[in-house]
Amino acid sequence: MTSTHDPDAPTSAPPPHVRGREHPADPAPADSAAAAPAQPQPPAPGSASQRLLRRVPHHRLAAPSAALVGFMAVFTLVGGWRLAWWAGALVTFALLVWLAQTGQEVVPRRHLRAYERGLATLFPLLLLAGWELLAGTGALSARWFPPPSDIAVAVWELSVEPETGGTSLLGRPWRLPELIGELGLAGALGAIVEESHVLATLGRVFIGFVLGLAPGIVVGALMGANRTVRIMLDNVMSAFYVLPKIAIFPIVMLLFANPFGEGPIITVVAVSAFFFVAFNTMAGVQGVDRIFLDVGANYGANRLQMFRHVIIPGALPVIFAGFRIALGAALIVVVAVEFVRADQGVGHLTIYYWEVLSPPRMYAGLFTTMALGVLLTFGLLAVEKRVMPWRRNRGDDDLPTG
Amino acid sequence: MSEAHSARRHDPHQGSPAAEPAPKIVADRLHKRFPAAGEPVVALEELSLTVAEGELVSVVGPSGCGKTTFLRLLAGLEEPTSGSLAIRASDDGAQRPQNAVVFQEYGIFPWKTVLQNVAFGLQMRGVARREREEQAQAWVERVGLARFAGAYPHELSGGMKQRVSIARALANDPEVLLMDEPLGALDAQTRTVMQEEILDLWERDQKTVVYITHSIDEAVFLSDRVVVMTAHPGRKKAEHAIDLPRPRRWEQTGGADFAALRLQIWSDLEDEVKRTMAGQA
Repeated sequence: MTSTHDPDAPTSAPPPHVRGREHPADPAPADSAAAAPAQPQPPAPGSASQRLLRRVPHHRLAAPSAALVGFMAVFTLVGGWRLAWWAGALVTFALLVWLAQTGQEVVPRRHLRAYERGLATLFPLLLLAGWELLAGTGALSARWFPPPSDIAVAVWELSVEPETGGTSLLGRPWRLPELIGELGLAGALGAIVEESHVLATLGRVFIGFVLGLAPGIVVGALMGANRTVRIMLDNVMSAFYVLPKIAIFPIVMLLFANPFGEGPIITVVAVSAFFFVAFNTMAGVQGVDRIFLDVGANYGANRLQMFRHVIIPGALPVIFAGFRIALGAALIVVVAVEFVRADQGVGHLTIYYWEVLSPPRMYAGLFTTMALGVLLTFGLLAVEKRVMPWRRNRGDDDLPTG
Repeated sequence: MSEAHSARRHDPHQGSPAAEPAPKIVADRLHKRFPAAGEPVVALEELSLTVAEGELVSVVGPSGCGKTTFLRLLAGLEEPTSGSLAIRASDDGAQRPQNAVVFQEYGIFPWKTVLQNVAFGLQMRGVARREREEQAQAWVERVGLARFAGAYPHELSGGMKQRVSIARALANDPEVLLMDEPLGALDAQTRTVMQEEILDLWERDQKTVVYITHSIDEAVFLSDRVVVMTAHPGRKKAEHAIDLPRPRRWEQTGGADFAALRLQIWSDLEDEVKRTMAGQA
């Protein structure tokens, strides 16, 4: 902790930002576990508590910035990027971290959250900008690594113009009003779904996920709650768990009248989701704190009430962790299947433009897949917050204290 | 167990006009062995205890002496290996659960609000939603948490959580209240406040209470009687009647008679604690 006697801190400097620190003089909220973040306190020159407050002079922000710029200049001048680009990248990253951390100390505490959010958004943008720059100067082959601007254009084109097969990225949902006039609401929605790569993939992921989830919870809960069931099923489940689910795709295709339809894809997704959900539900049920089972028994819960009020809610956080893994796995399976056996979907899009050698559109498929993954995760987190309201506001107190 | 209850009605105690209240809890030569690799672990041996209606009895003993096992037997969470245990039902004909436990470390459900937690026992017994929420609300108010009825436990302090746990037990109107080191997780000041609150609640309701604790001060301050248990295996070593006047207040803990009782109990307990520590070393 920096004290006022810090030789680096000039006493005549303009008043620096001061943040309230956790020290005994802070009025500690005694009866509230989720304490509100400490309010910034005004500097009180000469007071005893001042020594305990942290002062960060602005020049501490200037120093890393200067170091960063200086290093980049020298490194570039001596041709460092050509000789050892990875060393340059490593040092640059380290300097950026230093810069961001110093900034974090300077930012007033009440803006800390906004600052962190900004950091989380800006860094990926910085990476894209770097890519754009490298591809533009020819340091990176624009042929195999087309600049992000080209990829953005490809995304745009894929969205607004149907391809030769009559498909487009999103299915051009803005046509909905005019399509309703022609085909009615159901027909219009059907036409959009039929045209859209994204909706095809999302539909497969979602339907397969939901179909796998329900039996996964039931089997997992049974395995968690009943030792005999667990012992009997454990080896079988473990063996299937490690099997890459895509490997059963040929068998599943044999089972369906139309091996090239949606049935096999959705089935494989459901099977892969099932195992993740089942294993996590089992772990969650086994992990429910004993005391809660005692409370349930002591207060007269019957078996069903025990599941409904004690075991399932107690296991939910772990079950939801399983959902997240299962959803990721579902996306992997769908894209992999679309590579080989589909004429629609983001996986198909990616592999098709590899076949016709159009890298920007190939990357457009990849980025869309990433966006889908992020979107699905956010959706799941939103559901999680609704289903587990008691876990809201947790983690508000994990702000770094510097 | 209900047959045992009716049998107790003809207890000689009750027949006598000498105002001795009928025993509420009769534990007779309880044994509890837990199977283990090698020798089975004997947690309780020959433990007999009678608790009168409306009495508050504390059980103190070194850690691992089986006092929690005793409470779990009373709560019906474990079956005794041998011996008998009976809790006499009240004569007023009201449907009540036999017991309700206030557990160590609260044991309130993080996934239920304060109100839902307090209403839990009523809900399990099929009390209609409206009615159980009214009753629970009344208890939430009685323990001073009206403002937090809709809050989840993670928003509460330790003392508040324990109030929820106590309200949850009392909302069931059980025949006996069993408390298993309920204040063990609290800091010293909060403990003091909570001890007084427990006394307040008890003095109003006159429930029969079995209170497990490792704190002699707490036992003396709260109880009518303190039972000292031996270290492993758990046996009853001594009983001390606490005849300090009621209603009790914290100031009394500074008095000479309080200190004398504390010393008596400690002299019983000291050897047992030392034996436990020697066993662990």
